[in-house]
Amino acid sequence: MTANYAIETYDLKRIYKIRGPKRKDDPAERVALGGVSLQVARGGLFGLLGPNGAGKTTLIKILSTLLLPSSGRALVDGLDVTKDVTEIRRRISMVSGGETSGFGLLTVEENLWMFARFYGLENADAKRRIDEMLEVVGIADRRRTKIADLSTGLRQKMNFIRGFISDPDIIFLDEPTLGLDVTAARDVREFVKRWLRQNPDRTILLTTHYMAEADELCDRLAIIDSGKLLVEDTPAGLKKRVQDEAMFVLKVAPLGKPVEGDRIEDVPGVQRLAVTDHDAHVELTMALTGEDALPGVLAHLSRRGAGLVSLEKREPTLEDVFIQLVGRRLTEAAGVEA
Amino acid sequence: MSTRARKATGITLFWRILWARAYPRIVGAWREKDWLFFETVVPLGTTAGFVFVYRAAGAPPEFAGFAVLGGAMTAFWLNVLWAMGSQLYWDKDGGNLELYVLSPGPLMAILVGMAVGGIFMASVRAVTVIVVASLLFNISYQVSSLPLLILVFLVTMAALYGLGMIFASVFLASGREAWHLANLLQEPIYLVSGFYFPVSALGFWVATFASVIPLTLGMDAIRQIIFSTQSNIGFLPVETELILLCFLAVILLALAWYSLRKLEEIGRRDGRLIERRR
Ligand SMILES: Nc1ncnc2c1ncn2[C@@H]1O[C@H](COP(=O)(O)OP(=O)(O)O)[C@@H](O)[C@H]1O
Ligand SMILES: [Mg+2]
Repeated sequence: MTANYAIETYDLKRIYKIRGPKRKDDPAERVALGGVSLQVARGGLFGLLGPNGAGKTTLIKILSTLLLPSSGRALVDGLDVTKDVTEIRRRISMVSGGETSGFGLLTVEENLWMFARFYGLENADAKRRIDEMLEVVGIADRRRTKIADLSTGLRQKMNFIRGFISDPDIIFLDEPTLGLDVTAARDVREFVKRWLRQNPDRTILLTTHYMAEADELCDRLAIIDSGKLLVEDTPAGLKKRVQDEAMFVLKVAPLGKPVEGDRIEDVPGVQRLAVTDHDAHVELTMALTGEDALPGVLAHLSRRGAGLVSLEKREPTLEDVFIQLVGRRLTEAAGVEA
Repeated sequence: MSTRARKATGITLFWRILWARAYPRIVGAWREKDWLFFETVVPLGTTAGFVFVYRAAGAPPEFAGFAVLGGAMTAFWLNVLWAMGSQLYWDKDGGNLELYVLSPGPLMAILVGMAVGGIFMASVRAVTVIVVASLLFNISYQVSSLPLLILVFLVTMAALYGLGMIFASVFLASGREAWHLANLLQEPIYLVSGFYFPVSALGFWVATFASVIPLTLGMDAIRQIIFSTQSNIGFLPVETELILLCFLAVILLALAWYSLRKLEEIGRRDGRLIERRR
């Protein structure tokens, strides 16, 4: 039986009970998912983009049968996550960022063999798959290294192999490049892309709070914030939504004090604004209705004595989409009064 | 990766998981040999203490043999209390527990694997203690029936590690408090279960209550089998003890299975227990 969708959720809710709230007026419950409805087609990579605490891990845990929903329905490969637990587990796997699983005393290949056997693989098959994947990921020379002696990057590469070794139909990757250096993160992304090219019928659900990662990897993507899905589209489709605006990045030093009743947002033509404080300058990312709004902005900056360091027009990114939808940046940099 | 992986189910899957989880313990025992040293030297020291006291007090000579057996069997009790009891807690801490639950096999297979690995680790220590102490103190054995000895040992292990699996769930669910309890239990059990003397010396009622710990009846039966020239040292006849141990094994393993199911249920409902704390 093949279901139409790899993943379906219908008004999925999850509420955590807070054990022993610290103060009397602290809430006793936290709504981690506030009614999520989502359909993920079979094949390809679906991304779930959202800030910390958005509910990404909670959703993945429910879909991977580690957590029960409080209400609503979730189907994986057409199977119900509350009822068909064993059957779902045979078809899925999961890799999380910052994972420390396995046994430090065992070597890379021993750990992988152990996890392959947890899925009932035959010895010869397990060994063949381990060999192949170690080769692909480029850590074949570390096969006999005890995993306690591996760097974070190598360890996460091993975790990746662990997740793919059982030949799953659907894989959940929860912030898989968290804490990795640039090179290791790129290797991991390359591996994911390659695996999907070779296995176009499989589905990956990936969560991330890195915009560029979502943009690079995802066929489709949903933005989630505070337990709600805000939008779901292709990365290009999402960016198109902000295309008719002009995006400018201005670096100023200093920014200067705003005058009451004369903030940047009040300048005609300024749609949205995000401010990031860097050591040496302040970065203003703004969406204008058009280029003709720019002189007004520059006049405003000069009124408040701001010094312009650089000015750049750029293509819209997913970050702009996020700001439009949520009203703040995804990576919460220190807010500066604008 | 053109061909799909063939994944076993049912008994075959259980069997593969069992040995996969036993493997790190069996291999680990060889890779960290200093453990072996400490865990044989300490019981050897305690055993030697009892032997000297018995000999100085003019106790019957077989008492030295009783102490040697007890010294060896401490390896299993320590293994159950610590390596079994705390293992799920550590596995949760490292993120393995989540992966056990995520995999399609039953958690019971993982726990049985831990137990088999643990029995192997502890057996290496126990045999070392028996061999060294027997040579040192010149102990001689009269085994009445080797098959019976093996049977009693295996049933005792099944019951004892069933208890260990229950500990594992309880420790995980209750956290630190259970650890303190285990710490408190460690020494008194040596006394109450009769590690260094026949449990019958404590009287019928104490021996009966102590029989909840499978090692009590197990050791008593083993003593009767391997020191068969001595009479009247046993608490109950070997056959009775074997039957009781069988009951104990079934009950404890069933409880272990039930508590693991509960554990997963509570974990999935409450969103704690299983997952690693960040
Ligand atoms: N076990 C838990 N108990 C109570 N609250 C939790 C638990 N797990 C997550 N939360 C809360 O639920 C919300 C969503 O968390 P999570 O799903 O981990 O988000 P994300 O993965 O997007 O960062 C957060 O506010 C988080 O603090
Ligand atoms: Mg998360």
